[in-house]
Amino acid sequence: MTMRGSIAAPAGAHGPGGGSSLQRLVLFLSRMWAWLFLAVMVLFFVVAVPLSTGGSVNFLTIRNSQNILVAIVPVLLLGLGQTFVLIAAGIDLSVGWVMSLASVLSALALRDAFNSGAPLPVAVLAGLAAGLAGAGLVGFLNGWIIAKLKVPAFIVTLGTSFIVRGVAYLMSENSTVIGLPAGLGAYGNDALIYYISGPGGGVYFLHRPDVGGELLRRMEIILPYPVLATAFVLALTMFLLHKTQFGRHTYAIGGSMDASVRSGIPVDRHVIKVYMLSAATAGVAGFLSTLRFTAGSAVIGDSLLLSSIAAVIIGGVSMFGGAGTVIGTVIGALIIAVLTTGLVMLNVDAFWQFIVVGTVVIVAVLIDQSRDLIVGRQRRGAAQ
Amino acid sequence: MSDALLQVRNLRKSFGGLTAVDGVSLEVRRGEVVGLLGDNGAGKSTLIKCVSGVYQPDDGEIVFDGATVTFSTPMDARRHGIETIYQDLALANNLDVGANIFLGREIKKRWLGGLVHTLDDKGMERESRLTLESLQIRIPTLAEPIETLSGGQRQAVAIARAVYWEAKLMIMDEPTNNLGVPEQHKVLELIRTLRDRGVPVVLITHVLPDAFAVTDRVVVMHRGRKVAEKVTAETNTEELVQYMVGARDDDVAA
Repeated sequence: MTMRGSIAAPAGAHGPGGGSSLQRLVLFLSRMWAWLFLAVMVLFFVVAVPLSTGGSVNFLTIRNSQNILVAIVPVLLLGLGQTFVLIAAGIDLSVGWVMSLASVLSALALRDAFNSGAPLPVAVLAGLAAGLAGAGLVGFLNGWIIAKLKVPAFIVTLGTSFIVRGVAYLMSENSTVIGLPAGLGAYGNDALIYYISGPGGGVYFLHRPDVGGELLRRMEIILPYPVLATAFVLALTMFLLHKTQFGRHTYAIGGSMDASVRSGIPVDRHVIKVYMLSAATAGVAGFLSTLRFTAGSAVIGDSLLLSSIAAVIIGGVSMFGGAGTVIGTVIGALIIAVLTTGLVMLNVDAFWQFIVVGTVVIVAVLIDQSRDLIVGRQRRGAAQ
Repeated sequence: MSDALLQVRNLRKSFGGLTAVDGVSLEVRRGEVVGLLGDNGAGKSTLIKCVSGVYQPDDGEIVFDGATVTFSTPMDARRHGIETIYQDLALANNLDVGANIFLGREIKKRWLGGLVHTLDDKGMERESRLTLESLQIRIPTLAEPIETLSGGQRQAVAIARAVYWEAKLMIMDEPTNNLGVPEQHKVLELIRTLRDRGVPVVLITHVLPDAFAVTDRVVVMHRGRKVAEKVTAETNTEELVQYMVGARDDDVAA
């Protein structure tokens, strides 16, 4: 007996094509605002950074763009899984600590495998498997309790985040797993392309050229492996959400649980899979951080949870479920990373980034809500 | 008898001490629209939920398409061809028309020898368009989320979904509720279209003009019992109201 129809009927009479051209313009802007905001912000920093430094530093350099990409990796990975969870009208508060757990587990497995004689690539794969398995288990538990025992997602994932935090600390040695093979850093930090400009320079692929001094200073590291891995996960999630039945059912469950159940969608199983996916992307993030720092860390994901949720919300995913895109989450993560990097380059106190990001999150949701007002539709989920 | 698609025999359902449906029998034949009338709390919805698999009757028998059936879930009933359209329509308002018509039964494209499946949105839209056209339903755009559609249009989408999946029997719960007058007429017209296509309809309503507009027979319930069964052309508003409020009762007389 959700009486959406009674409210939507008169408003829907003129349909999506209706309304004045001003209304349509506002609607368009509100849909595209995140892109516009990102573009305006980049422009601002492109102008402001050289101005504030007397022209000695530029914002849009190869080096800086790569720094932004590297910085975006963990937030984006957590956000990609969270995108599915939020679209399915859930929330996953455990991803930060799941990332930590995956980092610790992958470090332990990798070290053990290597120390018992496995070649490094095999040890790395063992680390990935351990990280994903540990994360996947937490995701399964989250999903199972939410779907089968009908405990609210907020409570379940809050609980598991504490549990996972404890387990991650207990399994690590004083919160850090060290003694990983030295060659590991190459996996987490090497890049697809190295470019050294000027005399004596050149382009190198896959392996870091053995140079020092002036040449090293001029070396640009383009597309590090973790960025490539993240791009792969990004492509995969985009495909999954927008091109497959899995994605369609994720939207349906977030849009109307009732309709999904009555359409014969295996809702419980699907919800479990969604939380497993969320944990898996956090697992990849944890694994990549182990490679990057050549150590497992039980605290690495702690600060990333809220940033990742912020990215997803800025990207236009609805907290009520049923709406959002993967590319929106990418934009959201980019906005946060560009903002953070730009402010640092302007020598603004780093803590200002929190104030700005927080403001952007609230404005993002306000814009989404006003869009619903403009088209005269009821806010989704409010009637459920 | 021979052309009865659905037969409900002595169906009984109680919740705790309350008997919601008290030994009701009902028959729906192919090609007819049966109105199920009664005031709020008369037991119409409970009866229909037993037929559509939401509830399991405590006693009695349901014969559908020549065989005795028991439905343990709504999906069970749907698989047999009984589609029920409730007032909330069970549509996902955030998805477009095609996605809704094919929800849970999406058309897929196979890639790499069936290893990867993707949604065939174009195919679903095409099939949806054909079904809507065959029902003479006009919807401005199929590509927008259906929350932008009017109540009547969404009702039509729900009906089109049932038609596409070849429902043998359609049960509609107060379909004209919350609709503007022109939209009410469209929905009633759709019910006639369904009947003409050979799909019988059970129309649950307490709006008598609706019942007179489209039904061939009416069954009236009062406090869980069937108090009257009439050929629509042989009764009138006044008589039906008396049955609905409990002032007349054929069951007692019989």
